[in-house]
Amino acid sequence: MTRYLYYPGCSMESNAKAYHESLLAVCEPLGLDLEEIRDWNCCGATEYVGISLTPAYALIGRNLALAAQQANGARTVLAPCSACYLNLAKADHYMQESPRLNERVNIALAAGGLQYRPGSLQIRHLLDVIIHDIGLEAVKSNVVRPLKGLRVAPYLGCMVPRPDYEKRWSDHEHPNELDRLLKALGAEVIDFPLKTHCCGGHMTHIGPSTAFELIRRLVQAADHYKADMMVTLCPMCQMNIDGFQAEMNRHFHTNYHMPIIFFTQLIGLAFGKDPNVLGFGRELTDARAALSKIGFQVPEVVERAETRAARRSKKEGLPMPPPLQRVPEDEEADK
Amino acid sequence: MTDELISQTPADPQERIGVYVCHCGTNIAGVVDVVDVAQWAVGRLKHRGVVIARDYKFMCSSLGQELIEKDIKELGLTRVVVAACSPHLHEQTFRTACQRAGLNPYLCELVSIREQVSWVHTDRVAATGKAKAVVSGGVERVLHHQPLEPLHVPIHPATLVVGGGIAGIQAALEIADAGYPVYLVEREPSIGGHMAQFDKTFPTLDCAACILTPRMVSVGTHPNVTPLTWSEVTKVDGYVGNFTVTIKKKARYVKTELCTGCGICQEKCPKKVIDDIYEAGLGYRKAVYTPFPQAVPKYPVIDRPNCTYFQKGTCRACEKFCPTGAIDFTQKDETITVPVGNIILATGYDIFDARRVSQYGYGRLANVFTSLEFERLSNAAGPTNGNIFLRDGKTMPKTVGVIHCVGSRDRNFNNYCSVICCMQSLKFAHLVKERTGATVYNFYIDMRTAFKAYDEFYQRVLEEGTLFVRGKVAEVTDAVRLPGEEDKLIIQVEDTLVGKQRRIPVDMVILSVGLEPRRDAKAVAQLFGISCSADGWYIEKHPKLDPVATMTEGIFIAGCNQGPKDIPSSVVQGAAAAARVLGRIQQKEIALEPFRASVDEDKCSGCRICNNLCPFNAITFHEDRMVTEINPALCQGCGTCVAACPAGAISGTGFSNEQVLAQIEGLLMLNLETASEAVPV
Repeated sequence: MTRYLYYPGCSMESNAKAYHESLLAVCEPLGLDLEEIRDWNCCGATEYVGISLTPAYALIGRNLALAAQQANGARTVLAPCSACYLNLAKADHYMQESPRLNERVNIALAAGGLQYRPGSLQIRHLLDVIIHDIGLEAVKSNVVRPLKGLRVAPYLGCMVPRPDYEKRWSDHEHPNELDRLLKALGAEVIDFPLKTHCCGGHMTHIGPSTAFELIRRLVQAADHYKADMMVTLCPMCQMNIDGFQAEMNRHFHTNYHMPIIFFTQLIGLAFGKDPNVLGFGRELTDARAALSKIGFQVPEVVERAETRAARRSKKEGLPMPPPLQRVPEDEEADK
Repeated sequence: MTDELISQTPADPQERIGVYVCHCGTNIAGVVDVVDVAQWAVGRLKHRGVVIARDYKFMCSSLGQELIEKDIKELGLTRVVVAACSPHLHEQTFRTACQRAGLNPYLCELVSIREQVSWVHTDRVAATGKAKAVVSGGVERVLHHQPLEPLHVPIHPATLVVGGGIAGIQAALEIADAGYPVYLVEREPSIGGHMAQFDKTFPTLDCAACILTPRMVSVGTHPNVTPLTWSEVTKVDGYVGNFTVTIKKKARYVKTELCTGCGICQEKCPKKVIDDIYEAGLGYRKAVYTPFPQAVPKYPVIDRPNCTYFQKGTCRACEKFCPTGAIDFTQKDETITVPVGNIILATGYDIFDARRVSQYGYGRLANVFTSLEFERLSNAAGPTNGNIFLRDGKTMPKTVGVIHCVGSRDRNFNNYCSVICCMQSLKFAHLVKERTGATVYNFYIDMRTAFKAYDEFYQRVLEEGTLFVRGKVAEVTDAVRLPGEEDKLIIQVEDTLVGKQRRIPVDMVILSVGLEPRRDAKAVAQLFGISCSADGWYIEKHPKLDPVATMTEGIFIAGCNQGPKDIPSSVVQGAAAAARVLGRIQQKEIALEPFRASVDEDKCSGCRICNNLCPFNAITFHEDRMVTEINPALCQGCGTCVAACPAGAISGTGFSNEQVLAQIEGLLMLNLETASEAVPV
């Protein structure tokens, strides 16, 4: 068990409860020892940094200072929510880059008897930790019920792979980490072209018609590729696509039904956990029909369109170039 | 114009120094008070031997040089200090002037008050003060100069050309035609380079093979050329005029003296391999192969890692069917050494890896092609026999998008312009239109069609009806959003002329990828002792006036290894490098700068610290006497060993401790009679 300083953030306690419940359910098999940062506060979400820099970073910095206080050997702050992850990483990065900001934030922290030395902690997203610390081999060894027959569209949203201060992700536009993880769980993963496109963010409140168009693009593309569901790692993406899908359908007179769930829920299923402890049923766009495909009896795979990534070994036509980085786990998961 | 200031009482009767301060037009005089510097030098440094100081508008002009010559003769100057530009530019000029007047050229010191003073300062008073300090340093240093004689070494008449692309072929042919021997080394099985992969060449649309293959044959059969294909240089020893080059000839597993190049082995070989080099990954070759039918030489090679016999121990089909018994599985790699006088590097380029721009989908979306792939697609000898087909190998596209500047002019990848892509993209647009009648869009940032007949070609393509969209493409995707986009690739772009976002559905996308230095360019530069820019291109001696020489004597560069360029420019550089080499060979010997390091054996403790530092392998250690010795013919006078020697046993002529310390004292104005009057710098 590796110890991580866990920053849940507010979503995990409210709209993304399913994320939280499923994460707690898979912690043990994954070997994650999550120690929640005591007395953590809001990360500022996507708005506060745009209003005033010093108070915003002081707000975030307090969490880092508290984490450093209880670190006791641990160096990694783990955040499952993309906005929290990005805000914590941003504060750490800009405090390192600007001594002036660092000084101001620390003056503010000092008022509460706290201090933080930027760079002393690593801020990482849950998926990054699973891929790079735990490894896909360890994930695979826990899979007791492969998700065979479930066709999923991996969707990361904008905040996790960008701006990627620590160069942890394979690519900023088309990162393959979530794809590889879902393949390791046995799911059929489509090469989702919009995996880092915008979910609408808070435009759902400010300019709903803009947000509806952005949501439509995502749902339409996932539907076009005959995905059973979208899988995400971001509470806001999940909320927008899940909660606003019905309204979007009304707006465009469409009739899409594309459930979106958290990747930890699928990890839990593949690890043989009871769906009831994984937060299933909390989603507004019902995922039950899609899930019924993967009961204990793996249903027959109905004939469907080919996944798009063409294989080099194909005899007909012209060969495709090989992928930029050969990922051994990826090839194994293909088999 | 000339201010002449003659000191009345020269303090040091032994040395008589002349100081010459150049205005360089306004380059120096605009910031430095040159008249003041000259007056100051003759006034305050006369006790150090300065007998005359002059300022002049252009010291490097013939009139300026004549001033110095006249003073040497009439005033009996024994040392000269010129305060002007960097020694890089005009040291040779002033040394030669001194020599003409009968003064040993190495008794002249050029100090830089342009690059190091006027170009980097704006405060006139402070800059003038600094210029005085620099002159003072030069005066102190020149007092310790010694008359030196350059070393003369003979030049070996043979030349090594590395790289058998069009630049290397041109260089080799020029030298061979002049009657001197050339070794042409190429690591692929055939010469020809990238040009051999192309279908047509812009702007004339000549068939690339038609103009290239006669050159390949000429160079391959030339009595003065030794073509060494399937070979690589592994080691370079020696120095200009006398290089010893070690070349690894990889085993072909084919006896070239028996092979007739009939091609039966290739026909019979059961192992098909994707050809990543010549076919750009778009076509196949066999495990025994020549890259293309017109290959020079005609002999195939066996690709050992892919050969069934080498990997599994059975097969030998090629051997069975060869009518002349030329297959020889027992061949081994062979190493040869050749002596050469000069080396021309024409190692070419690699194309930018389009998979790095992941939003353009190359490698994910089947019908996104690179420019090199398209060259093969449109080539009559290519995988589709010149038919422009989609990746399925049978469907002709109805709409095609060509994206310019992929990986170039982009701070995420390469900042530079790759020069050829605009013209290449126009050529593609023309070829697609001509052969398929498809609608063609070109997405460009700026259209760069400089050089002869290039813009006319652009006009022609415009008139043919190719559509041009000015804007950097944001994304190529297959995510359908609007009706009519089904089963298409959608190009999302901001049309900056209309000021709108556009989504243009096409069947095929061609990425006009930029040029990059060879992946191993740095290692090759190290092997030959030349330097690379931060981007990885080889650095020429002077970007304008010496574009094919390098800072290493005897090593020349030509073609795309120096920077992206088109075929005409590559040919020009190949020929230019050859002309430089021929000039050298004609001189029969070369004068080397006499700046050499030498070891004082009494002081040498035999610690061997210097032994591995020499970049020119000029240092040998004598085990018997436990002392180090420096070979003056190999030493380039870089000074690395001098700085490293803990005992101070190594000194360099031209940069001895005495000279350097004296210069520092001069810079600090410690040589003035009253040091407190030193000008604040």
